[in-house]
Amino acid sequence: MARAVTTQRKALNTTLAWIIGLLIFFPILWTILTSFKTEAEAIANPPVFLFFDWTLENYAVVQERSNYMRFLWNSVIIAGGSTILGVLIAVPAAWSMAFVPSRRTKDILLWMLSTKMLPAVGVLYPIYLLCIQLGVLDNRLALVVILMLINLPIIVWMLYTYFREIPGEILEAARMDGAGLKEEILYVLTPMAIPGIASTLLLNFILAWNEAFWTLNLTSVDAAPLTAFIASYSSPEGLFFAKLSAASTMAIAPILILGWFSQKQLVRGLTFGAVK
Amino acid sequence: MATQHSRSAARIMMAPAVFLLLVWMLVPLSMTLWFSVRSYLPLRGGDQGFVGLENFTRFVTSSAFWPAILTTLIIVGGVLLISIVFGILLAMLLDQPMWGQGVVRILVIAPFFVMPTVSALVWKNMFMDPVNGLFAHLWRFFGADPIVWLSDASVFSIIMIVSWQWLPFATLILLTAIQSLDSEQLEAAEMDGANPLARFAFITLPHLSRAITIVILIQTIFLLAVFAEIFVTTGGAFGTRTLTYLIYQRVLESQNVGLGSAGGVYAIILANIVAIFLMRIVGKNLDR
Repeated sequence: MARAVTTQRKALNTTLAWIIGLLIFFPILWTILTSFKTEAEAIANPPVFLFFDWTLENYAVVQERSNYMRFLWNSVIIAGGSTILGVLIAVPAAWSMAFVPSRRTKDILLWMLSTKMLPAVGVLYPIYLLCIQLGVLDNRLALVVILMLINLPIIVWMLYTYFREIPGEILEAARMDGAGLKEEILYVLTPMAIPGIASTLLLNFILAWNEAFWTLNLTSVDAAPLTAFIASYSSPEGLFFAKLSAASTMAIAPILILGWFSQKQLVRGLTFGAVK
Repeated sequence: MATQHSRSAARIMMAPAVFLLLVWMLVPLSMTLWFSVRSYLPLRGGDQGFVGLENFTRFVTSSAFWPAILTTLIIVGGVLLISIVFGILLAMLLDQPMWGQGVVRILVIAPFFVMPTVSALVWKNMFMDPVNGLFAHLWRFFGADPIVWLSDASVFSIIMIVSWQWLPFATLILLTAIQSLDSEQLEAAEMDGANPLARFAFITLPHLSRAITIVILIQTIFLLAVFAEIFVTTGGAFGTRTLTYLIYQRVLESQNVGLGSAGGVYAIILANIVAIFLMRIVGKNLDR
Protein backbone atom coordinates (compact mmCIF):
# COMPACT_ATOMS: atom_id res chain seq x y z
CA MET A 1 0.00 0.00 0.00
CA ALA A 2 1.24 3.46 -0.83
CA ARG A 3 1.96 5.74 2.04
CA ALA A 4 -0.54 8.42 2.86
CA VAL A 5 0.87 11.81 1.99
CA THR A 6 -0.35 15.23 2.94
CA THR A 7 -1.71 17.41 0.17
CA GLN A 8 0.89 19.99 1.02
CA ARG A 9 3.71 17.52 0.48
CA LYS A 10 2.15 16.36 -2.75
CA ALA A 11 1.87 19.93 -4.01
CA LEU A 12 5.54 20.51 -3.22
CA ASN A 13 6.57 17.34 -5.07
CA THR A 14 4.44 18.31 -8.02
CA THR A 15 5.86 21.83 -8.26
CA LEU A 16 9.46 20.69 -7.97
CA ALA A 17 9.05 17.84 -10.45
CA TRP A 18 7.30 20.03 -13.01
CA ILE A 19 9.97 22.72 -12.78
CA ILE A 20 12.76 20.20 -13.30
CA GLY A 21 10.83 18.37 -16.01
CA LEU A 22 10.21 21.58 -17.93
CA LEU A 23 13.85 22.64 -17.55
CA ILE A 24 15.04 19.35 -19.01
CA PHE A 25 12.48 19.55 -21.80
CA PHE A 26 13.13 23.22 -22.47
CA PRO A 27 15.74 22.86 -25.28
CA ILE A 28 13.24 20.78 -27.25
CA LEU A 29 10.38 23.17 -26.55
CA TRP A 30 12.56 26.13 -27.49
CA THR A 31 13.58 24.46 -30.76
CA ILE A 32 9.95 23.81 -31.66
CA LEU A 33 8.92 27.39 -30.80
CA THR A 34 11.85 28.90 -32.69
CA SER A 35 10.94 26.95 -35.79
CA PHE A 36 7.79 29.07 -36.08
CA LYS A 37 9.58 32.42 -35.76
CA THR A 38 11.18 34.65 -38.34
CA GLU A 39 14.97 34.71 -38.30
CA ALA A 40 14.95 38.14 -36.66
CA GLU A 41 12.63 37.01 -33.88
CA ALA A 42 14.69 33.86 -33.39
CA ILE A 43 17.68 35.84 -32.15
CA ALA A 44 15.73 38.68 -30.50
CA ASN A 45 16.99 39.93 -27.14
CA PRO A 46 15.07 39.71 -24.86
CA PRO A 47 13.85 36.40 -26.32
CA VAL A 48 10.19 36.12 -27.27
CA PHE A 49 8.32 33.06 -26.09
CA LEU A 50 4.79 32.88 -27.44
CA PHE A 51 3.88 36.33 -28.65
CA PHE A 52 5.42 36.48 -32.07
CA ASP A 53 4.02 36.17 -35.57
CA TRP A 54 3.75 32.43 -36.01
CA THR A 55 4.92 31.43 -39.47
CA LEU A 56 5.42 28.20 -41.40
CA GLU A 57 7.87 29.86 -43.75
CA ASN A 58 10.95 28.08 -42.33
CA TYR A 59 9.49 24.68 -43.05
CA ALA A 60 8.87 25.66 -46.65
CA VAL A 61 12.37 27.07 -47.02
CA VAL A 62 14.04 24.00 -45.54
CA GLN A 63 12.11 21.68 -47.80
CA GLU A 64 12.78 23.81 -50.87
CA ARG A 65 16.46 24.41 -50.25
CA SER A 66 17.56 20.97 -49.15
CA ASN A 67 14.95 18.58 -50.38
CA TYR A 68 14.13 17.47 -46.87
CA MET A 69 11.86 14.69 -48.10
CA ARG A 70 14.76 12.79 -49.62
CA PHE A 71 16.63 12.70 -46.30
CA LEU A 72 13.48 11.72 -44.48
CA TRP A 73 12.89 8.93 -46.95
CA ASN A 74 16.47 7.69 -46.49
CA SER A 75 16.00 7.67 -42.72
CA VAL A 76 12.79 5.71 -43.04
CA ILE A 77 14.36 3.16 -45.40
CA ILE A 78 17.54 2.74 -43.37
CA ALA A 79 15.93 2.61 -39.93
CA GLY A 80 12.90 0.61 -41.07
CA GLY A 81 14.81 -1.75 -43.34
CA SER A 82 17.52 -2.56 -40.81
CA THR A 83 14.97 -3.14 -38.06
CA ILE A 84 12.71 -5.43 -40.07
CA LEU A 85 15.62 -7.38 -41.49
CA GLY A 86 17.12 -7.70 -38.03
CA VAL A 87 13.89 -8.98 -36.50
CA LEU A 88 13.42 -11.50 -39.33
CA ILE A 89 16.86 -12.94 -38.60
CA ALA A 90 16.58 -12.67 -34.83
CA VAL A 91 13.14 -14.23 -34.27
CA PRO A 92 14.18 -17.79 -35.12
CA ALA A 93 17.41 -17.44 -33.16
CA ALA A 94 15.71 -16.03 -30.07
CA TRP A 95 12.94 -18.63 -30.37
CA SER A 96 15.35 -21.53 -30.35
CA MET A 97 17.38 -20.08 -27.48
CA ALA A 98 14.32 -19.47 -25.36
CA PHE A 99 12.53 -22.77 -25.96
CA VAL A 100 15.25 -25.25 -26.82
CA PRO A 101 18.09 -24.03 -24.61
CA SER A 102 21.29 -25.98 -24.65
CA ARG A 103 24.38 -25.77 -22.51
CA ARG A 104 25.88 -23.22 -24.84
CA THR A 105 22.88 -20.91 -25.11
CA LYS A 106 24.12 -18.60 -22.39
CA ASP A 107 27.58 -18.37 -23.92
CA ILE A 108 26.14 -17.61 -27.35
CA LEU A 109 23.93 -14.86 -25.91
CA LEU A 110 26.82 -13.29 -24.07
CA TRP A 111 29.07 -13.56 -27.10
CA MET A 112 26.43 -11.81 -29.23
CA LEU A 113 26.30 -9.04 -26.66
CA SER A 114 30.08 -8.71 -26.77
CA THR A 115 29.97 -7.94 -30.50
CA LYS A 116 27.78 -4.97 -29.61
CA MET A 117 30.54 -3.68 -27.35
CA LEU A 118 33.02 -3.49 -30.22
CA PRO A 119 33.78 0.24 -30.62
CA ALA A 120 32.71 1.32 -34.09
CA VAL A 121 35.77 3.49 -34.57
CA GLY A 122 37.98 0.41 -34.16
CA VAL A 123 36.61 -1.06 -37.37
CA LEU A 124 35.87 2.20 -39.20
CA TYR A 125 38.49 1.81 -41.89
CA PRO A 126 37.84 -1.85 -42.73
CA ILE A 127 34.14 -1.15 -43.18
CA TYR A 128 34.87 2.02 -45.14
CA LEU A 129 37.29 0.13 -47.39
CA LEU A 130 34.89 -2.78 -47.91
CA CYS A 131 32.17 -0.32 -48.89
CA ILE A 132 34.45 1.35 -51.44
CA GLN A 133 35.57 -1.94 -52.93
CA LEU A 134 32.05 -3.29 -53.15
CA GLY A 135 30.96 0.04 -54.63
CA VAL A 136 28.41 0.65 -51.88
CA LEU A 137 29.75 3.78 -50.21
CA ASP A 138 26.85 6.21 -49.85
CA ASN A 139 24.41 3.38 -50.50
CA ARG A 140 21.20 2.82 -48.57
CA LEU A 141 21.33 -0.95 -48.75
CA ALA A 142 24.81 -1.01 -47.24
CA LEU A 143 23.60 1.08 -44.31
CA VAL A 144 20.56 -1.14 -43.87
CA VAL A 145 22.86 -4.14 -43.53
CA ILE A 146 25.38 -2.39 -41.26
CA LEU A 147 22.78 -0.95 -38.88
CA MET A 148 21.03 -4.32 -38.85
CA LEU A 149 24.27 -5.98 -37.75
CA ILE A 150 24.92 -3.31 -35.13
CA ASN A 151 21.49 -3.75 -33.56
CA LEU A 152 21.14 -7.50 -34.09
CA PRO A 153 22.53 -8.36 -30.63
CA ILE A 154 20.01 -6.05 -28.94
CA ILE A 155 17.19 -7.43 -31.07
CA VAL A 156 18.07 -11.04 -30.23
CA TRP A 157 18.36 -10.17 -26.55
CA MET A 158 15.08 -8.30 -26.35
CA LEU A 159 13.19 -11.02 -28.17
CA TYR A 160 14.87 -13.66 -26.01
CA THR A 161 13.76 -11.98 -22.77
CA TYR A 162 10.22 -11.64 -24.11
CA PHE A 163 10.04 -15.20 -25.42
CA ARG A 164 11.33 -16.59 -22.16
CA GLU A 165 8.28 -15.22 -20.43
CA ILE A 166 6.00 -17.36 -22.59
CA PRO A 167 5.28 -20.50 -20.57
CA GLY A 168 6.85 -23.58 -22.14
CA GLU A 169 3.92 -25.79 -21.01
CA ILE A 170 1.73 -24.19 -23.64
CA LEU A 171 4.07 -25.46 -26.31
CA GLU A 172 4.09 -28.93 -24.85
CA ALA A 173 0.31 -28.97 -24.75
CA ALA A 174 0.19 -27.93 -28.39
CA ARG A 175 2.71 -30.61 -29.24
CA MET A 176 0.61 -33.26 -27.55
CA ASP A 177 -2.38 -32.10 -29.52
CA GLY A 178 -0.36 -32.99 -32.58
CA ALA A 179 0.98 -29.61 -33.60
CA GLY A 180 4.19 -29.75 -35.62
CA LEU A 181 6.96 -27.22 -35.44
CA LYS A 182 5.30 -25.09 -38.10
CA GLU A 183 1.88 -25.02 -36.44
CA GLU A 184 3.54 -24.43 -33.10
CA ILE A 185 5.24 -21.28 -34.33
CA LEU A 186 2.38 -20.05 -36.47
CA TYR A 187 -0.63 -20.59 -34.22
CA VAL A 188 0.68 -20.78 -30.67
CA LEU A 189 3.85 -18.79 -30.43
CA THR A 190 3.29 -15.92 -32.83
CA PRO A 191 0.11 -14.54 -31.24
CA MET A 192 1.76 -14.63 -27.82
CA ALA A 193 5.00 -13.14 -29.07
CA ILE A 194 3.53 -10.26 -31.05
CA PRO A 195 3.63 -7.67 -28.23
CA GLY A 196 7.30 -8.45 -27.59
CA ILE A 197 8.14 -8.30 -31.27
CA ALA A 198 6.32 -4.98 -31.62
CA SER A 199 8.26 -3.50 -28.71
CA THR A 200 11.51 -4.73 -30.20
CA LEU A 201 10.68 -3.23 -33.58
CA LEU A 202 9.82 0.09 -31.96
CA LEU A 203 12.94 0.47 -29.84
CA ASN A 204 15.30 -0.64 -32.58
CA PHE A 205 13.68 1.65 -35.11
CA ILE A 206 14.45 4.52 -32.74
CA LEU A 207 18.04 3.40 -32.18
CA ALA A 208 18.64 3.05 -35.91
CA TRP A 209 16.97 6.39 -36.66
CA ASN A 210 19.32 8.18 -34.29
CA GLU A 211 22.49 6.28 -35.18
CA ALA A 212 25.09 8.89 -36.04
CA PHE A 213 28.47 7.25 -36.53
CA TRP A 214 28.05 5.07 -39.59
CA THR A 215 25.42 7.29 -41.15
CA LEU A 216 27.78 10.28 -40.94
CA ASN A 217 30.88 8.45 -42.11
CA LEU A 218 29.47 6.26 -44.87
CA THR A 219 27.12 8.64 -46.64
CA SER A 220 27.53 11.85 -48.60
CA VAL A 221 24.61 12.62 -50.90
CA ASP A 222 22.46 9.76 -52.13
CA ALA A 223 21.99 7.74 -48.97
CA ALA A 224 22.31 10.53 -46.38
CA PRO A 225 19.61 10.26 -43.72
CA LEU A 226 18.40 12.99 -41.36
CA THR A 227 21.40 12.69 -39.02
CA ALA A 228 23.67 13.76 -41.87
CA PHE A 229 21.17 16.35 -43.10
CA ILE A 230 21.23 18.07 -39.72
CA ALA A 231 25.02 17.82 -39.53
CA SER A 232 25.17 19.88 -42.73
CA TYR A 233 23.86 22.79 -40.64
CA SER A 234 27.04 22.83 -38.57
CA SER A 235 28.60 25.32 -40.99
CA PRO A 236 25.95 28.05 -41.12
CA GLU A 237 25.50 30.86 -43.62
CA GLY A 238 23.88 34.03 -42.34
CA LEU A 239 20.85 33.94 -40.08
CA PHE A 240 19.73 30.38 -39.69
CA PHE A 241 18.41 29.66 -36.17
CA ALA A 242 14.79 29.43 -37.26
CA LYS A 243 15.65 27.21 -40.21
CA LEU A 244 17.88 25.02 -38.08
CA SER A 245 14.98 24.71 -35.65
CA ALA A 246 12.52 23.79 -38.36
CA ALA A 247 14.86 21.15 -39.75
CA SER A 248 15.54 19.81 -36.25
CA THR A 249 11.87 19.69 -35.35
CA MET A 250 11.10 17.69 -38.47
CA ALA A 251 13.98 15.30 -37.74
CA ILE A 252 13.01 14.57 -34.14
CA ALA A 253 9.22 14.86 -34.10
CA PRO A 254 8.36 11.38 -35.41
CA ILE A 255 10.83 9.70 -33.07
CA LEU A 256 9.76 11.70 -30.00
CA ILE A 257 6.23 10.46 -30.48
CA LEU A 258 7.35 6.86 -30.98
CA GLY A 259 9.75 7.20 -28.08
CA TRP A 260 7.05 8.10 -25.63
CA PHE A 261 5.39 4.78 -26.36
CA SER A 262 8.58 2.84 -25.80
CA GLN A 263 9.74 3.97 -22.35
CA LYS A 264 9.26 0.58 -20.73
CA GLN A 265 10.89 -1.32 -23.58
CA LEU A 266 13.81 1.06 -23.43
CA VAL A 267 14.73 -0.14 -19.95
CA ARG A 268 14.50 -3.78 -20.90
CA GLY A 269 16.17 -3.37 -24.27
CA LEU A 270 19.15 -1.34 -23.20
CA THR A 271 19.93 -3.15 -19.97
CA PHE A 272 19.66 -6.56 -21.66
CA GLY A 273 17.04 -7.70 -19.22
CA ALA A 274 19.19 -6.91 -16.19
CA VAL A 275 16.74 -4.25 -14.96
CA LYS A 276 13.04 -4.79 -15.43
CA MET B 1 12.20 -32.22 -22.84
CA ALA B 2 13.52 -31.24 -26.22
CA THR B 3 13.74 -33.96 -28.80
CA GLN B 4 16.70 -34.61 -31.05
CA HIS B 5 14.61 -33.30 -33.89
CA SER B 6 13.80 -29.98 -32.28
CA ARG B 7 17.42 -29.59 -31.22
CA SER B 8 18.76 -29.73 -34.73
CA ALA B 9 15.93 -27.48 -35.88
CA ALA B 10 16.93 -25.03 -33.15
CA ARG B 11 20.50 -25.05 -34.36
CA ILE B 12 19.42 -24.27 -37.90
CA MET B 13 17.24 -21.43 -36.70
CA MET B 14 20.09 -19.91 -34.78
CA ALA B 15 22.60 -20.28 -37.60
CA PRO B 16 21.88 -17.12 -39.65
CA ALA B 17 22.18 -14.76 -36.68
CA VAL B 18 25.30 -16.46 -35.34
CA PHE B 19 26.93 -16.64 -38.76
CA LEU B 20 26.24 -12.99 -39.61
CA LEU B 21 27.54 -11.72 -36.28
CA LEU B 22 30.60 -13.93 -36.57
CA VAL B 23 31.43 -12.50 -39.99
CA TRP B 24 30.61 -8.98 -38.81
CA MET B 25 33.01 -9.38 -35.91
CA LEU B 26 35.86 -11.37 -37.45
CA VAL B 27 36.30 -9.77 -40.87
CA PRO B 28 36.66 -6.10 -39.83
CA LEU B 29 38.53 -7.03 -36.68
CA SER B 30 41.15 -9.07 -38.50
CA MET B 31 41.48 -6.30 -41.10
CA THR B 32 42.09 -3.77 -38.33
CA LEU B 33 44.70 -6.07 -36.79
CA TRP B 34 46.32 -6.55 -40.20
CA PHE B 35 46.47 -2.81 -40.95
CA SER B 36 47.75 -2.05 -37.47
CA VAL B 37 51.07 -3.79 -38.14
CA ARG B 38 51.58 -2.24 -41.56
CA SER B 39 52.54 1.16 -42.82
CA TYR B 40 49.43 1.94 -44.84
CA LEU B 41 48.80 5.40 -46.28
CA PRO B 42 46.13 5.09 -49.00
CA LEU B 43 46.80 8.55 -50.45
CA ARG B 44 50.58 8.55 -50.04
CA GLY B 45 52.01 5.35 -51.46
CA GLY B 46 49.49 2.80 -50.24
CA ASP B 47 50.61 -0.27 -48.34
CA GLN B 48 54.33 0.02 -47.58
CA GLY B 49 54.76 -3.26 -45.82
CA PHE B 50 55.09 -4.78 -42.39
CA VAL B 51 56.35 -2.51 -39.64
CA GLY B 52 55.87 -4.66 -36.55
CA LEU B 53 54.58 -2.85 -33.53
CA GLU B 54 55.80 0.57 -34.67
CA ASN B 55 52.26 1.93 -35.14
CA PHE B 56 51.38 0.93 -31.60
CA THR B 57 54.35 2.74 -30.08
CA ARG B 58 53.91 5.73 -32.37
CA PHE B 59 50.24 6.05 -31.45
CA VAL B 60 50.91 6.21 -27.71
CA THR B 61 54.00 8.42 -28.01
CA SER B 62 52.36 11.00 -30.29
CA SER B 63 51.74 14.32 -28.57
CA ALA B 64 48.01 13.96 -29.13
CA PHE B 65 47.63 10.65 -27.29
CA TRP B 66 47.71 11.54 -23.60
CA PRO B 67 45.60 14.69 -23.97
CA ALA B 68 43.04 12.58 -25.85
CA ILE B 69 43.01 9.97 -23.08
CA LEU B 70 42.64 12.69 -20.48
CA THR B 71 39.77 14.34 -22.41
CA THR B 72 38.07 10.98 -22.81
CA LEU B 73 38.32 10.29 -19.08
CA ILE B 74 37.04 13.76 -18.16
CA ILE B 75 34.09 13.53 -20.52
CA VAL B 76 33.14 9.97 -19.57
CA GLY B 77 33.68 10.65 -15.86
CA GLY B 78 31.88 13.98 -15.92
CA VAL B 79 28.82 12.67 -17.71
CA LEU B 80 28.69 9.60 -15.45
CA LEU B 81 28.91 11.73 -12.33
CA ILE B 82 26.19 14.13 -13.48
CA SER B 83 23.84 11.47 -14.78
CA ILE B 84 24.18 9.19 -11.73
CA VAL B 85 23.92 11.87 -9.02
CA PHE B 86 21.08 13.79 -10.64
CA GLY B 87 19.58 10.56 -11.93
CA ILE B 88 19.21 9.21 -8.38
CA LEU B 89 17.75 12.49 -7.09
CA LEU B 90 15.37 12.78 -9.99
CA ALA B 91 14.29 9.15 -9.78
CA MET B 92 13.53 9.57 -6.08
CA LEU B 93 11.53 12.70 -6.79
CA LEU B 94 9.57 11.08 -9.62
CA ASP B 95 8.78 8.13 -7.38
CA GLN B 96 6.89 10.42 -4.98
CA PRO B 97 3.15 10.86 -5.31
CA MET B 98 2.30 13.91 -7.41
CA TRP B 99 -0.11 15.26 -9.98
CA GLY B 100 0.73 14.68 -13.61
CA GLN B 101 3.47 12.12 -12.96
CA GLY B 102 3.09 10.55 -16.39
CA VAL B 103 3.56 13.87 -18.16
CA VAL B 104 6.63 14.79 -16.11
CA ARG B 105 8.16 11.42 -16.95
CA ILE B 106 7.61 12.09 -20.62
CA LEU B 107 9.23 15.52 -20.34
CA VAL B 108 12.26 14.09 -18.54
CA ILE B 109 12.82 11.16 -20.90
CA ALA B 110 12.38 13.16 -24.13
CA PRO B 111 16.03 14.24 -24.67
CA PHE B 112 17.10 10.62 -25.01
CA PHE B 113 15.10 10.36 -28.22
CA VAL B 114 16.66 13.40 -29.86
CA MET B 115 19.22 12.41 -32.45
CA PRO B 116 22.79 13.34 -31.42
CA THR B 117 23.41 15.73 -34.32
CA VAL B 118 20.25 17.67 -33.48
CA SER B 119 20.94 18.01 -29.78
CA ALA B 120 24.55 19.03 -30.40
CA LEU B 121 23.60 21.69 -32.96
CA VAL B 122 20.69 23.05 -30.96
CA TRP B 123 22.89 23.48 -27.90
CA LYS B 124 25.78 24.86 -29.92
CA ASN B 125 23.73 27.52 -31.67
CA MET B 126 20.60 28.39 -29.77
CA PHE B 127 22.11 28.16 -26.29
CA MET B 128 25.89 28.43 -26.47
CA ASP B 129 26.34 30.88 -29.33
CA PRO B 130 28.34 33.76 -27.82
CA VAL B 131 26.34 36.43 -29.68
CA ASN B 132 22.79 35.18 -30.16
CA GLY B 133 22.55 32.21 -27.85
CA LEU B 134 20.14 32.19 -24.91
CA PHE B 135 23.03 31.88 -22.45
CA ALA B 136 24.62 35.00 -23.94
CA HIS B 137 21.32 36.88 -23.51
CA LEU B 138 21.12 35.65 -19.93
CA TRP B 139 24.72 36.63 -19.13
CA ARG B 140 24.23 40.10 -20.61
CA PHE B 141 21.00 40.50 -18.64
CA PHE B 142 23.05 40.13 -15.47
CA GLY B 143 25.69 42.46 -16.84
CA ALA B 144 28.32 39.78 -17.44
CA ASP B 145 30.36 39.12 -20.56
CA PRO B 146 28.95 36.14 -22.47
CA ILE B 147 31.12 33.03 -22.36
CA VAL B 148 32.41 31.63 -25.64
CA TRP B 149 31.30 28.18 -24.53
CA LEU B 150 32.65 25.90 -27.19
CA SER B 151 36.15 27.34 -27.22
CA ASP B 152 36.71 28.70 -23.71
CA ALA B 153 34.83 26.00 -21.81
CA SER B 154 34.81 23.41 -24.58
CA VAL B 155 35.11 20.17 -22.61
CA PHE B 156 32.57 21.37 -20.06
CA SER B 157 30.17 22.26 -22.89
CA ILE B 158 30.49 18.81 -24.43
CA ILE B 159 29.87 17.26 -21.00
CA MET B 160 26.72 19.37 -20.66
CA ILE B 161 25.38 18.39 -24.08
CA VAL B 162 26.08 14.69 -23.60
CA SER B 163 24.74 14.73 -20.01
CA TRP B 164 21.51 16.22 -21.26
CA GLN B 165 21.14 13.20 -23.52
CA TRP B 166 22.09 10.56 -20.95
CA LEU B 167 20.55 11.88 -17.73
CA PRO B 168 17.10 10.71 -18.95
CA PHE B 169 18.44 7.21 -19.55
CA ALA B 170 19.97 6.99 -16.07
CA THR B 171 16.82 8.44 -14.50
CA LEU B 172 14.55 5.98 -16.27
CA ILE B 173 16.60 2.92 -15.28
CA LEU B 174 17.00 4.10 -11.68
CA LEU B 175 13.30 4.95 -11.46
CA THR B 176 12.43 1.45 -12.63
CA ALA B 177 14.72 0.03 -9.94
CA ILE B 178 13.40 2.35 -7.22
CA GLN B 179 9.82 1.35 -7.95
CA SER B 180 10.64 -2.24 -7.05
CA LEU B 181 11.72 -1.08 -3.56
CA ASP B 182 9.43 -2.36 -0.86
CA SER B 183 7.84 0.71 0.75
CA GLU B 184 7.04 -1.24 3.91
CA GLN B 185 10.74 -1.59 4.54
CA LEU B 186 11.09 2.19 4.42
CA GLU B 187 8.09 2.65 6.71
CA ALA B 188 9.49 0.20 9.23
CA ALA B 189 12.78 2.09 9.25
CA GLU B 190 10.93 5.34 9.68
CA MET B 191 9.03 3.98 12.67
CA ASP B 192 12.28 2.79 14.17
CA GLY B 193 13.41 6.39 14.08
CA ALA B 194 15.74 6.38 11.07
CA ASN B 195 16.01 9.89 9.59
CA PRO B 196 15.58 10.45 5.83
CA LEU B 197 19.34 10.54 5.24
CA ALA B 198 19.83 7.23 7.03
CA ARG B 199 16.91 5.70 5.16
CA PHE B 200 18.50 6.79 1.90
CA ALA B 201 21.99 5.58 2.80
CA PHE B 202 21.03 2.22 4.30
CA ILE B 203 17.94 1.18 2.34
CA THR B 204 17.48 3.06 -0.95
CA LEU B 205 21.13 3.24 -2.02
CA PRO B 206 21.95 -0.44 -1.40
CA HIS B 207 18.77 -1.38 -3.23
CA LEU B 208 19.89 0.71 -6.21
CA SER B 209 23.49 -0.49 -6.28
CA ARG B 210 22.92 -3.06 -9.01
CA ALA B 211 21.01 -0.64 -11.23
CA ILE B 212 23.71 1.99 -10.68
CA THR B 213 26.42 -0.45 -11.70
CA ILE B 214 24.51 -1.33 -14.85
CA VAL B 215 23.95 2.32 -15.74
CA ILE B 216 27.66 3.04 -15.25
CA LEU B 217 28.76 0.13 -17.42
CA ILE B 218 26.30 0.67 -20.26
CA GLN B 219 26.84 4.41 -20.35
CA THR B 220 30.61 3.99 -20.29
CA ILE B 221 30.48 1.84 -23.39
CA PHE B 222 28.32 4.39 -25.22
CA LEU B 223 30.23 7.39 -23.87
CA LEU B 224 33.60 6.04 -24.96
CA ALA B 225 32.17 6.09 -28.48
CA VAL B 226 30.72 9.63 -28.40
CA PHE B 227 31.28 11.02 -31.88
CA ALA B 228 28.54 13.12 -33.47
CA GLU B 229 28.41 15.58 -30.57
CA ILE B 230 32.08 16.47 -31.15
CA PHE B 231 31.89 16.18 -34.93
CA VAL B 232 29.28 18.94 -35.31
CA THR B 233 30.38 21.26 -32.47
CA THR B 234 34.15 21.64 -32.19
CA GLY B 235 35.39 19.10 -34.72
CA GLY B 236 37.89 17.95 -32.11
CA ALA B 237 39.40 21.42 -31.61
CA PHE B 238 39.86 23.27 -28.30
CA GLY B 239 40.93 20.18 -26.38
CA THR B 240 37.82 18.12 -27.12
CA ARG B 241 39.63 15.40 -29.05
CA THR B 242 38.73 12.11 -27.42
CA LEU B 243 40.33 8.76 -28.18
CA THR B 244 37.49 7.90 -30.56
CA TYR B 245 37.84 11.22 -32.35
CA LEU B 246 41.63 10.94 -32.54
CA ILE B 247 41.34 7.55 -34.23
CA TYR B 248 38.70 8.90 -36.61
CA GLN B 249 41.03 11.77 -37.57
CA ARG B 250 44.00 9.45 -38.10
CA VAL B 251 42.00 7.06 -40.26
CA LEU B 252 39.72 9.24 -42.37
CA GLU B 253 41.09 12.79 -42.16
CA SER B 254 44.84 12.21 -42.39
CA GLN B 255 44.40 8.77 -44.00
CA ASN B 256 47.08 7.13 -41.91
CA VAL B 257 45.35 3.80 -41.70
CA GLY B 258 48.17 1.86 -40.03
CA LEU B 259 48.44 4.33 -37.18
CA GLY B 260 44.69 4.71 -36.82
CA SER B 261 44.18 0.96 -36.77
CA ALA B 262 46.69 0.61 -33.94
CA GLY B 263 44.62 3.21 -32.10
CA GLY B 264 41.52 1.21 -32.94
CA VAL B 265 43.04 -1.86 -31.32
CA TYR B 266 43.64 0.18 -28.15
CA ALA B 267 40.02 1.39 -28.20
CA ILE B 268 38.77 -2.18 -28.60
CA ILE B 269 40.87 -3.34 -25.64
CA LEU B 270 39.62 -0.45 -23.52
CA ALA B 271 35.97 -1.14 -24.36
CA ASN B 272 36.45 -4.83 -23.65
CA ILE B 273 37.74 -4.16 -20.15
CA VAL B 274 34.46 -2.40 -19.38
CA ALA B 275 32.45 -4.99 -21.27
CA ILE B 276 33.81 -7.90 -19.21
CA PHE B 277 32.32 -6.44 -16.04
CA LEU B 278 29.00 -5.72 -17.71
CA MET B 279 28.79 -9.22 -19.16
CA ARG B 280 29.46 -10.76 -15.78
CA ILE B 281 26.45 -8.98 -14.27
CA VAL B 282 24.21 -9.71 -17.24
CA GLY B 283 25.38 -13.34 -17.25
CA LYS B 284 24.56 -13.79 -13.58
CA ASN B 285 21.10 -12.49 -14.29
CA LEU B 286 20.60 -15.15 -16.97
CA ASP B 287 20.94 -17.96 -14.46
CA ARG B 288 18.07 -16.82 -12.35
